[in-house]
Amino acid sequence: MLEIINLHATVADKPILNGVSLHVPAGEVHAIMGPNGSGKSTLAYVLAGRPGYEVTQGSVTFTPTRHSGLEPGPAFSSEGAEGRQIPGRARDDEGGLDLLAMEPHERAAAGLFLGFQYPVEIPGISYLQFLRESLNSQRRFRGEAELSAGEFIKLAREQANLLGMDADMLKRPVNVGFSGGEKKRAEMVQMGIMAPKFAVLDETDSGLDIDALKAVGAGINRIMRAPDKGVLLITHYQRLLDYVEPDRVHVLRNGRIERSGGPELARELEREGYTEAAA
Amino acid sequence: MNEAVKNRELKEKIAQDYEWGFVSDVEQEFAPKGLNEDTVRFISAKKNEPEWMLEWRLKAYRAWLEMEEVSWAKLDIPTIDYQDAYYYAAPKAKPKLASLDELDPEIRRTYEKLGIPIEEQKVLAGVEGSAKVAVDAVFDSVSVATTFREELKRAGVIFLSISEAIREYPELVQKYLGSVVPQRDNYFACLNSAVFSDGTFVYVPEGVRCPMELSTYFRINAENTGQFERTLIVADKGAYVSYLEGCTAPMRDENQLHAAVVEIFAHEDAEVKYSTVQNWYPGDKDGRGGIFNFVTKRALCSGDRSKVSWTQVETGSAITWKYPSCILKGDGSVGEFYSIALTNNRQQADTGTKMIHIGANTRSTIVSKGISAGRSNNTYRGLVRVLPRAENVRNFTQCDSLLLGSDCGAHTVPYIEVKNPTATIEHEATTSKISEDQLFYAMSRGLDQEAAVALIVNGFAREVLKQLPMEFAVEAQKLLGISLEGSVG
Repeated sequence: MLEIINLHATVADKPILNGVSLHVPAGEVHAIMGPNGSGKSTLAYVLAGRPGYEVTQGSVTFTPTRHSGLEPGPAFSSEGAEGRQIPGRARDDEGGLDLLAMEPHERAAAGLFLGFQYPVEIPGISYLQFLRESLNSQRRFRGEAELSAGEFIKLAREQANLLGMDADMLKRPVNVGFSGGEKKRAEMVQMGIMAPKFAVLDETDSGLDIDALKAVGAGINRIMRAPDKGVLLITHYQRLLDYVEPDRVHVLRNGRIERSGGPELARELEREGYTEAAA
Repeated sequence: MNEAVKNRELKEKIAQDYEWGFVSDVEQEFAPKGLNEDTVRFISAKKNEPEWMLEWRLKAYRAWLEMEEVSWAKLDIPTIDYQDAYYYAAPKAKPKLASLDELDPEIRRTYEKLGIPIEEQKVLAGVEGSAKVAVDAVFDSVSVATTFREELKRAGVIFLSISEAIREYPELVQKYLGSVVPQRDNYFACLNSAVFSDGTFVYVPEGVRCPMELSTYFRINAENTGQFERTLIVADKGAYVSYLEGCTAPMRDENQLHAAVVEIFAHEDAEVKYSTVQNWYPGDKDGRGGIFNFVTKRALCSGDRSKVSWTQVETGSAITWKYPSCILKGDGSVGEFYSIALTNNRQQADTGTKMIHIGANTRSTIVSKGISAGRSNNTYRGLVRVLPRAENVRNFTQCDSLLLGSDCGAHTVPYIEVKNPTATIEHEATTSKISEDQLFYAMSRGLDQEAAVALIVNGFAREVLKQLPMEFAVEAQKLLGISLEGSVG
């Protein structure tokens, strides 16, 4: 579903990723672990298309699988909903997309979601307005009907409730005055509302107390554990993996995947640290 | 050319006999180019004005000759040749288009983005045969407007063009005209006093709450009054009125020089809310063309506990020079100024307010949001003055600037003059660049770059937008996004 081949990237001309290769098949959750400065967040930003993160080599192919019974929308063809040709978008016959050739909002419309390590504040704009505009923008891009205000509020309330968040918080400006834990929970509410195909979650567990961690873990399982979905879970610690069991664990170090293994690798890292485990 | 030489030349030109001698010829639809006493007489005659009005204009004209253009604003104003302009043209039909397809596609796109209904678009664009239908459908036809007029009349509210008011309510106009903005107040106000073409007069009698928002939309006469507009609003004791001016749709005008005057007079316990959306043509990307907008707006809170609130959204014009102000004379009177000024490309804006605290316990609030993009320059200039006898004055000023890109400028020039030690004055100012974090966050959720910029800018301007009447606010929000198109990236 997500195929990363020999990915090199620089930030301000400094090489950070030095040949990452990784394949996440549909239906799987992969964890990326690694010490500080190993390039984990850079990988997340490159996948989501953040300006300033320059890919110098390599490719990323994103193949959003079909929803059961649903035909792929126009976002999955080489033309956008408005008939615009998007260069280099279609990579292969199976509907694989050249992710790196797409704008960030096009990646979102194609079904990619980035959970931010540090969710950003947008003063003066309520969460409801922000998410409704965002979701409807995605839907327009895919050639789907927009949600009315009523439909959207119902969806948003459901998702907030499922994550144990007071739905009234969605009336507040985006992330303004939210605690660290509330911001992370709100990221998961966003993910529930957007219902992406593939989620890259960048240290979603940091700053969470144990109850919030459980709720977030349950949210990830509920929203993303499906045969047609995939997750790349970036984390420092084993603890989130107690709630979201990964299919594979990869160790990122010096901008490369150093080791890969099953869930036991995470426990080994937790016990022995990155230095020991690498030896 | 230095000022003295320019003025001398101007006066020499003016001194020449006017060869057309058109004064008696009231059938003529245009005053020839240029400005002299005959032009003033012509305008007055065209409007069938009483003698006192002509005298008032002439007095202003003579005063204007002695005055000089202002130079303290942070504006680069090209030399304006006042003899190379028209000061009176009869209301002229716009060139008719056969259909909307003939309209400049760029303007059409803007209409659509603003969500202006098709019929209204046709009226704005001047499509053949559209006016009647659309006026019925949208602008409130003559019949609807008449209904409004009747409702207003029942309430005792006078709402007329100022030309009509001069004829029908001379004693009211004579009493208040120039009472808030004296003729000699400044160069442009003085020019306006001499040659104002038309405008609006509102009088709300004692104790009356105006039953509807008054908008220039509803005024029957559709005269081309943009150039030298004159507005006079009087709220008698305990009266309330909310007035909307302007339009979000892009407005073009062949007259480059605009100099409007707005006067508001608030008696005891009266409240006036004045909202503006200004979207005059700003010129092209390189700053060619575009309106020069020199506006004097002032309110006199004459009575105790009176209140005047200015809200403005300024996105248009090549040059904006405008300081809606409040003179807080009555004890306990309140002045408010909420402003969004957006400049893009080569636009220049120098705008702000003056709050003059004369009475005791007077309060003022200033919230200014400046947004600069492209190569534009955006200045907030504000004065808070507390006079010696004004006890217990409070002022709160918040002045925020948002920069998009690195070629634009934002400037904040607050003047604070406090002569009474009991005053509490607060001033907060911030300047920030639109954050890449915010942009990327919004784009990663599915918004394209323009939508993301529009969203963030609207959030930045929220405090001011929420002061606008609902329908106006929705359009103003869209307008901010449209005005910034192509400014990032």
